[in-house]
Amino acid sequence: MRFIPHTKEDIDEMLAAVGANDLEDLVAHVPAELRRRAALNLPPGMSEAEVAAQLTDLADRNRGARGYISFLGSGCYRHYVPAAVRAVIARAEFATSYTPYQPEASQGTTQTIFEFQTLIAQLTGLPVANAGMYDGASAAAEAVLMAHRLLPKRHRVVLARALWPDYRATIRTYLSAQPALEVVELPFDGEKGTCDEAALMELADEQLLCAVIGYPNAFGMIEPLERIARIAHAAGGLAISVTAEALAMGLLRAAGALGADIAVGEAQSFGLAPQFGGPWAGFFATRQEFVRQMPGRLVGMTRDAEGRRAFCLTLATREQHIRRERATSNICTNHSLCALAAAVYLTLMGRQGLRELAARNLELAHEAAAMLAANGLRPRFNAPFFNEFTLALPNLRSALSTAQARAILAGVPLAPDYPELADCVVLAVTELNSPGEFSLLCEALKQ
Amino acid sequence: MTYDIQRQVALIFEESVAGRRGVDLAGGERSLRHARELLGEALCREDIDGFPEVSEPQVLRHFLRLSQLNFSQALQFYPLGSCTMKYNPVLDDELAALPGFAALHPHTPAELAQGALELMARLEAALAEISGMDAVSLHPAAGAQGELAGLLIVRAWFAKRGAARRKVIIPDTAHGTNPASCSLAGFEPVVVRSNARGFLETDEVRRLLSDDVAAMMVTNPNTEGIFEPEIVAIAQAVHEHGALLYLDGANLNALLGVAKPGDMGADLAHINLHKTFSTPHGGGGPGAGPLAVKRHLEPFLPNPRLRPSASGGLEIDPDRPDSIGRLRAFHGNFAILARAYAYILAMGADGCALASRIAILNANYVRKRLVRYHSASPEPSMHECVMTHDLERKADVSTLDIAKRLLDFGIHPPTIYFPLTVPGALMIEPTESENRETLDRFIAAMEQVYDEALQQPALAKNAPHHLPVRRVDEVEAARHPSLRWQAPTPPTGS
Repeated sequence: MRFIPHTKEDIDEMLAAVGANDLEDLVAHVPAELRRRAALNLPPGMSEAEVAAQLTDLADRNRGARGYISFLGSGCYRHYVPAAVRAVIARAEFATSYTPYQPEASQGTTQTIFEFQTLIAQLTGLPVANAGMYDGASAAAEAVLMAHRLLPKRHRVVLARALWPDYRATIRTYLSAQPALEVVELPFDGEKGTCDEAALMELADEQLLCAVIGYPNAFGMIEPLERIARIAHAAGGLAISVTAEALAMGLLRAAGALGADIAVGEAQSFGLAPQFGGPWAGFFATRQEFVRQMPGRLVGMTRDAEGRRAFCLTLATREQHIRRERATSNICTNHSLCALAAAVYLTLMGRQGLRELAARNLELAHEAAAMLAANGLRPRFNAPFFNEFTLALPNLRSALSTAQARAILAGVPLAPDYPELADCVVLAVTELNSPGEFSLLCEALKQ
Repeated sequence: MTYDIQRQVALIFEESVAGRRGVDLAGGERSLRHARELLGEALCREDIDGFPEVSEPQVLRHFLRLSQLNFSQALQFYPLGSCTMKYNPVLDDELAALPGFAALHPHTPAELAQGALELMARLEAALAEISGMDAVSLHPAAGAQGELAGLLIVRAWFAKRGAARRKVIIPDTAHGTNPASCSLAGFEPVVVRSNARGFLETDEVRRLLSDDVAAMMVTNPNTEGIFEPEIVAIAQAVHEHGALLYLDGANLNALLGVAKPGDMGADLAHINLHKTFSTPHGGGGPGAGPLAVKRHLEPFLPNPRLRPSASGGLEIDPDRPDSIGRLRAFHGNFAILARAYAYILAMGADGCALASRIAILNANYVRKRLVRYHSASPEPSMHECVMTHDLERKADVSTLDIAKRLLDFGIHPPTIYFPLTVPGALMIEPTESENRETLDRFIAAMEQVYDEALQQPALAKNAPHHLPVRRVDEVEAARHPSLRWQAPTPPTGS
């Protein structure tokens, strides 16, 4: 077996050294009834070429990965990934290291995490960010749990209905073992496609723990985050902003500047391919005074014995390996390499590039929306949007299948998650789409 | 504070010069002006304060130089106990990046994503076979999320039967994630002590069992590297009380073709693909923590699940009535799943069985040859051995000092101070990937560290000496947390 270096001689000599006759001797103390049934009914091992052929065949059967014009978004966005991102994360020094528990042997990993934390703090406009979470949805759930630690006497969690269904479902699962918490869905305004602020006012009393708001939301609309945060704060609760299309942060006002107490989201747009849903990286930023209630890892700057700058994991007393059942989260392995990809991406984009790319996305999405409107397909909602918007189509199902037959994936339908929007589809437009594609889209959907 | 330009790397923010850029974009400045008009200034940010401005070659040099400051499995011996730092086949990274996988959007209609769904179904079947369980969910992002899913299933199981239970029994040798997951799932962890030989006794477990115990979590082999000899009797006792047995699969690398968790009596088990199934650890992830269950718990598995479609293929079943729900967006860490599947294909039944046996041989060889240290337990070791030493008493040299000194030999130290039941523990997991010469070098280094520590304790106490930085002050880091770079001059607007 090519991954196992031992020759027959190695095995014999090592067995002799440990006083065993054969390899089975080494497991002879495992109850015989278990060993008898342990044989694996798997095919024999394969050569590298055979493995490559098998997986290539499976990859080729994913016809939707290539050759389609795509307007799919809704939590995963198609963006160009610069080659430099792949070149860095392919480095075995990053890819095959473990969590940096020995800082002297992990200055590469710890410093890049420190840089990631800084980049996320700068983008969200909040003072501190952690080393990353699994994804945007679980980060949102952890944000609600953190809010509960900060305000343990309050128990109403307000989830915007215009938050992605996967995110809402994830939050509900994480809260399912917290019977004290009550989850209330905040309706959206049927015209604007953003939160119903009057409804939030009603819910914002001394029981309000937090309001969880998509920024932009699941319909692509830009929520009035500042007003929402003000309502939450007036009731003594917290505002949590959740961003699935992180590129929007390059153009929109920072969540922290608008009053969000916790800003979380999905960093997939920053250099991570769709890869059928993961792995990507969640981000998590908050106010300085909340840092000891944060979930996940944190890297801090310190010095070594000779006074040089150095980085290490810190405030670990929040974490499961120290605090066990009293930890702020059970998270251990996170998505560090994905956070590194995001750090490389953001560094490469830089202060000007990220804003320009975000602007390009917005510009193209508005061009597409305008062309659709000119063809009689008006956006369903009228709030401002970034690079995603919602269309209502009277004959949605047949329009989408017509488009698919013409090799166009014309967006993600909102049914069955939003029965009230059963005729609606959300389209995402990124820099990978072109105006030529918009005319084909219009023609297909007009049918 | 200074940094050593030869051995360290400036922060990217310090390398930034106004006006430099790392990408050229189609719309450029013109798009920016246009977009601000379209959206209105009130919604737009002015700037991104402090964001770096660097060229592409600078970005590469920065990160590649940083990479060189790391130890990694590919470049160093990395016998980190309980982490299974085995070889990660480079082919698997290449295959996961095939455009047919990498560019596949998770909302792609199922009929256009049959290859990915088929891969997931085949991986589920292989993991069910390996673990001896009936159904597998590939949904959890990591081992700890697998634990959470499992414990929420335990909760749902009892809720469905109208008999809520509050407690979960956890051994004193368990990973910290076990009690943390219990709290998150609303259970109260109850600790069962291992005996002096490092394993669980059925009578001790029985003493803690009651009608209020929902489950017991067991890591087998446990974190002392010992196969729990009474596991079958323990499972029986747990079941007699109507409770469920959760098997933490962190140490599954010892069990391939040796013993299946399902046969031990486990009702649930999670599997760390980034350990036994060889996906790279990535400096702390991403991994994947599939959850395997017996038939009676299948309805509770997280959403979504795969199901056969009308056209004879597979599709996603988004919502099942008894499911505990989702723990994340979309279907799972697919690119990790693809790597694990490629690994299982390469290994096959024989390769898997051989891997566990060689991992066990390597651990026992190290244990036997380390004469200056002694095993925490007299029981035979499985894939890892836990060693202790008398240097603390003899020379005031701690386990941490030993670990730091090993770094000077170009070896990543074992896991230290864990399990908590073994004072000053060194938990060594060589894995099957390492050849005998590497093990011999490690053994020689460990013995040399010991001898030196007696003669010149300062050598260990001040170690490391030959790494990019000397001993890092972790106390200072926690006392005055500095968690982000700050511009030397005050920022302007945002």
